[in-house]
Amino acid sequence: MEKITSPYKWGMVIDLDRCTGCGACVVACQAENNVAICEKKEIAEGRNMHWLRIERFWVGEYPDVRVRFLPVLCQHCHDAPCEPVCPVYASYHNPDGLNGQVYNRCVGTRYCGNNCPYAVRVFNFHDHEHAWPSPLDNQLSPDITVRSRGVMEKCSFCIQRIRRVKEDAKAEGRMIKDGEVQPACVQTCPTEAMVFGNISDPHSRVSRLSRSPRRFQLLENLGTHPSIYYLKGGGREHV
Amino acid sequence: MSEPEHALAAKSAGQLNDEMLSSMRTPTWQWYGLAFFLGAVVAWGISAFTYQVMTDLSVTGLDRPVMWGIYIANFVFWVGLSHSGTMVSAILRLSQANWRRPILRAAEAMTVFSITVAGLFPVIHLGRNWVVYYFMPYPNQRGLWPNFRSPLLWDATAITTYIIGSSLFLYLGMLPDLAVVRDRATGWRKKVYAILAMGWRGTAREWVVFRKASTLMAALIIPVAVSVHSIVAWDFAVTVVPGWHSTIFPPYFVIGAITSGVAAVITLMIIIRRVFHLEDYLTPLHFDNMGKLLLVICLLWSYAYFVEVQTTWYAHEPIEWEVWSFMSGKYTPLLILMLVGNSVLPVTALCFKKIRRSVRAMLVITVLINIAMFIERYLIIVPSLSHKNMPFVWGSYSPSWVELSVTAAAFAGFTLMYTLFAKFFPMVAVTDVRELGVRHTDIKLGRTKVHSLSEEE
Repeated sequence: MEKITSPYKWGMVIDLDRCTGCGACVVACQAENNVAICEKKEIAEGRNMHWLRIERFWVGEYPDVRVRFLPVLCQHCHDAPCEPVCPVYASYHNPDGLNGQVYNRCVGTRYCGNNCPYAVRVFNFHDHEHAWPSPLDNQLSPDITVRSRGVMEKCSFCIQRIRRVKEDAKAEGRMIKDGEVQPACVQTCPTEAMVFGNISDPHSRVSRLSRSPRRFQLLENLGTHPSIYYLKGGGREHV
Repeated sequence: MSEPEHALAAKSAGQLNDEMLSSMRTPTWQWYGLAFFLGAVVAWGISAFTYQVMTDLSVTGLDRPVMWGIYIANFVFWVGLSHSGTMVSAILRLSQANWRRPILRAAEAMTVFSITVAGLFPVIHLGRNWVVYYFMPYPNQRGLWPNFRSPLLWDATAITTYIIGSSLFLYLGMLPDLAVVRDRATGWRKKVYAILAMGWRGTAREWVVFRKASTLMAALIIPVAVSVHSIVAWDFAVTVVPGWHSTIFPPYFVIGAITSGVAAVITLMIIIRRVFHLEDYLTPLHFDNMGKLLLVICLLWSYAYFVEVQTTWYAHEPIEWEVWSFMSGKYTPLLILMLVGNSVLPVTALCFKKIRRSVRAMLVITVLINIAMFIERYLIIVPSLSHKNMPFVWGSYSPSWVELSVTAAAFAGFTLMYTLFAKFFPMVAVTDVRELGVRHTDIKLGRTKVHSLSEEE
């Protein structure tokens, strides 16, 4: 069988110096991806459905207290711990280097969620079929499945947007241009802390930024080879 | 090893059969009471599980990051228990330890029932139990195939193999006994046992084939048993979860499995001996020998646990150490109970012959070992998941009433299957015990009588 290769390797750079922790990305993600709206009770139980979270850390002692924000979403690892453990291939690697999740193949062993060191996989413990009371159901995106209970879900780098742009590019017989496709979180970020693009193109903005000396990756020591690069923050005294 | 055989030598063949098959007498009202009670607990557990399936997994205590809880602890525990039959029966058969004979059936039956219970838990814990058939490699139009790289699929394969293998092992060993039962039965029961006994007549050729087959089965089932629990350990060891990712896990799990298996066999021996009045067949000698075996295994377990903790402590890798300190801090009483039950108490107490031969002391020790083993599984699974690599999503877990009901139902279901089995099938290996009796002779040497035992090969 011929090996499927792709000219694209999607990646992201998140500049922690620019992140203000406003949470717009979280909201954008929720709106774009039909992420279930959770009740207070569910969040208190630790069963919130956010695909993207902003981790907030306090550094230092009063009065010299600084706050650090760390947006964490699926790292789309190239050696993803979640993929080999799925017994039914619901979690798989696509040629563009994305971690795919096939919702209707998922049986809900939650093994991937345990094995994800970033804990970015969220499980539908609750039934969310009716999480959008009318008229909220009008906002559901027709491009994405509404996940049933008992399945795992996670950030897809807004794969529906990538697909659409890919089709457009294919119709015009060209490659996708840099910046032509953006996930909802990147599009919404008011400080442009997040940059998305094709990391296998050395001239793309994301590639150039990823070569910054400030770059690091989350839990690099585990050898998961994430597609997301962070740029170290801490340039300013008080954020 | 003279006492039991002398006691048996005085009895006629009919009396021996009668006593050893006493479990199959017409049930008393106590038996019905017990069966009804166990059945009620199982029914309660099934309704709790149905409730879980009808609503969703939010009825469990699971959350992010602790996505596996007491269901998986149960799974590992029951797989561990299933190592009893293999250990006691197969290994002792190959090593020709004759004292195994009265208990081998109890141990083999335990293997089959506990692996059956264990096999249910991976299905119970699924988010979508109704698509469990996705695990099976069945041909389909879309060319979908299960992922053989996943330890869960190794589990499914190993457990299926073990269920089939141990059932065959149990059934094969029971053939001559079923023939004894058939000969004693009347009416429709005779017809049923005649079918089950597969026309066993007890000819010399049948015995030769039987002996060969059972030795072969015993030799084949041991690697299966070892692989099953290694694979269960790989569920944890091949992950990147701190506290799970440890190379000692497979041997450590196998040792743990044998510990709980052997302890459970002793507990069962005590119960069977008491309930069916088999004091002549299960003597202090048996408890003495099983106690020695248990002592060795508990020492091995202590060593394996020490190695696991010692490497964590010595390396002092931040996240690994965090998991350990969290576990020892939050679950201190459980941890102490586990260490006392699994290591301190049995290792010291079992050194004494008096304790090994005391049925009551053995009951306490073995029950405590299995409580401790259940805790061990819980402490492996839950604390590691609670404190994974990202401190921002540290969490905690406590089982809900649904999970506890299903756990109770598992214990009741196991006991119920056992109770029913004892009523319908010979609980003591009649022919095996009598074979030993036949092999014993007293030879006169001068003025003394010497006890002699003939062995084959």
